[in-house]
Amino acid sequence: MAKRIDVKDLNVYYGNFKAVEDVSMTVEPRSVTAFIGPSGCGKSTFLRTLNRMHEVIPGGRVEGSVMLDEEDLYSAKVDPVSVRRTVGMVFQRPNPFPTMSIFDNVAAGLRLNGVKNRKVVTETVEKSLRGANLWNEVKDRLDKPGAGLSGGQQQRLCIARAIAVQPEVMLMDEPCSALDPISTLAIEDLIVSLKDEFTIVIVTHNMQQAARVSDRTAFFNLAATGKPGRLIEIDDTATIFSNPVQKATEDYISGRFG
Amino acid sequence: MSSITGRSTVDQVPGPTGDVPRGRRRLGDTLFGGAANLSGVVVIAIVALTGVFLATRAVPSLLDDKVNFLTSTEWVPEPGNLRFGILQILWTTVSISVMAMIIAVPLGVLNALFLTQYAPRWLARPAASVIDLLAAIPSIVYGLWGIQVFAPHLTGLQKAVNDGLGWFPLFEGPISAGTIFIAGIVLAIMVLPIITALSREVFAQTPAANKEGALALGATKWEMIRTAVLPFGRAGVVSASMLGLGRALGETIAITIIVSSVAPGTDFFASWLQGGETFASKIANNAAEFNDPSSTGAYIAAGLVLFVLTFVVNAIARVIVNRRKAFA
Repeated sequence: MAKRIDVKDLNVYYGNFKAVEDVSMTVEPRSVTAFIGPSGCGKSTFLRTLNRMHEVIPGGRVEGSVMLDEEDLYSAKVDPVSVRRTVGMVFQRPNPFPTMSIFDNVAAGLRLNGVKNRKVVTETVEKSLRGANLWNEVKDRLDKPGAGLSGGQQQRLCIARAIAVQPEVMLMDEPCSALDPISTLAIEDLIVSLKDEFTIVIVTHNMQQAARVSDRTAFFNLAATGKPGRLIEIDDTATIFSNPVQKATEDYISGRFG
Repeated sequence: MSSITGRSTVDQVPGPTGDVPRGRRRLGDTLFGGAANLSGVVVIAIVALTGVFLATRAVPSLLDDKVNFLTSTEWVPEPGNLRFGILQILWTTVSISVMAMIIAVPLGVLNALFLTQYAPRWLARPAASVIDLLAAIPSIVYGLWGIQVFAPHLTGLQKAVNDGLGWFPLFEGPISAGTIFIAGIVLAIMVLPIITALSREVFAQTPAANKEGALALGATKWEMIRTAVLPFGRAGVVSASMLGLGRALGETIAITIIVSSVAPGTDFFASWLQGGETFASKIANNAAEFNDPSSTGAYIAAGLVLFVLTFVVNAIARVIVNRRKAFA
């Protein structure tokens, strides 16, 4: 479980528009890496290239390489579907399947993977819900619709759904931006505990959140609107927030712009 | 569901002096609310009055019917000696409609999935318009094309089915010129644009978040459609099918042209390779004879059954849609 991500010279395009330019970075296994930066700097776009969700958008394509341990995710032999089974994702807005029960939401990924054994499915669902700190709140209403939960619970349900398929890496695209502070705290605690098992990459607009949960922080910025976003620097979170190398990073974290 | 009252909640909020401005209504709200209420009432009234008309005209003839209305295949509504039953007509109507739905629902749903999930954008729009155009072709054209052009192509197939499976009541001979089978297929083409257009609308509304959620779990395109798009569109597809079925049950002129009529007094038969009459085509074929209230009443009784049938089918559809309402 948990793999290293190695990105080299990655350019990300929407059609002919270059959205992200020349990103190289390494993400260590069993760590939390946070992406921060102003809106439109391409951090979410870049995140989506790590499980090949970027190409779901018409015209989306990349140049460069993303290695997951020894495997190039963008090699011609690699099926994007299997990439997404290895690299899970949690989105900005909680998106449980509205027509499914809580149980079925968590079991959805297992069923897609062809797991039929009832006992295995039931056990994995319980384990995943416990892993997402949601079990105690929903164990008596597993057959109720997932959409009936509160926003924070729905997001934890989505996390449970993602960890149920035992991915190597978990990507989180602003997972708390639609949630209240209490729910945010619950998710942040969860992220820290999930680090033991997964490699986690999180995009956030909340710098305190990055400081609280991440081991390393990457700052993205763009020169001007319409120009591609770039990785400005990546370092240990403590360093980025106390003693960054780049002036732009310091300006951003001290609130002078962005 | 909340009722329309023509008053907005703002009107219940206390004003600066602390009093609720009771009775004060904004003109726009009153007009709009009134118009919405009125159109709702008008629709219900039209349906109710249709039912009342059919029932009051049909009941006297039904009481004078010398044979069992539901189980007889006779249809001789002579004034003074009314003998009419709907068994054969009901069977023909239901057979043609069921057959049309068996073909049109899967085809329409697949069509809608193609247009919303698979087709590139430059193709999706023109293709959708072409399918919509099918709805603009008059029924008489479908009828003439069905019997003149299409039917001859099916002669071989119908004969083969009859040769191989003729022992089964549904495929008994002798094969008529215009069969229930042919009419079912033509009717399927006629209801296809309705089912496609409405299914397309609901499938296109599937939230991107749901689709991406499925893809991010490692779903293939088909698995994504099965997990996110189809469940989301289920209620819409049922409604679309019901509208299609409504059209199929009531279709008149194409059926009248295509399906061969059967000699009066024929015993009940179930075969889809023979002719017959539906409620609508029965009424159309005999419209010239509506000169006596009691024989006219027989036809109106047939219309009443069609009316009730539509209601029952719609009620079943509602039950299907509402059964998992909490999950919608």
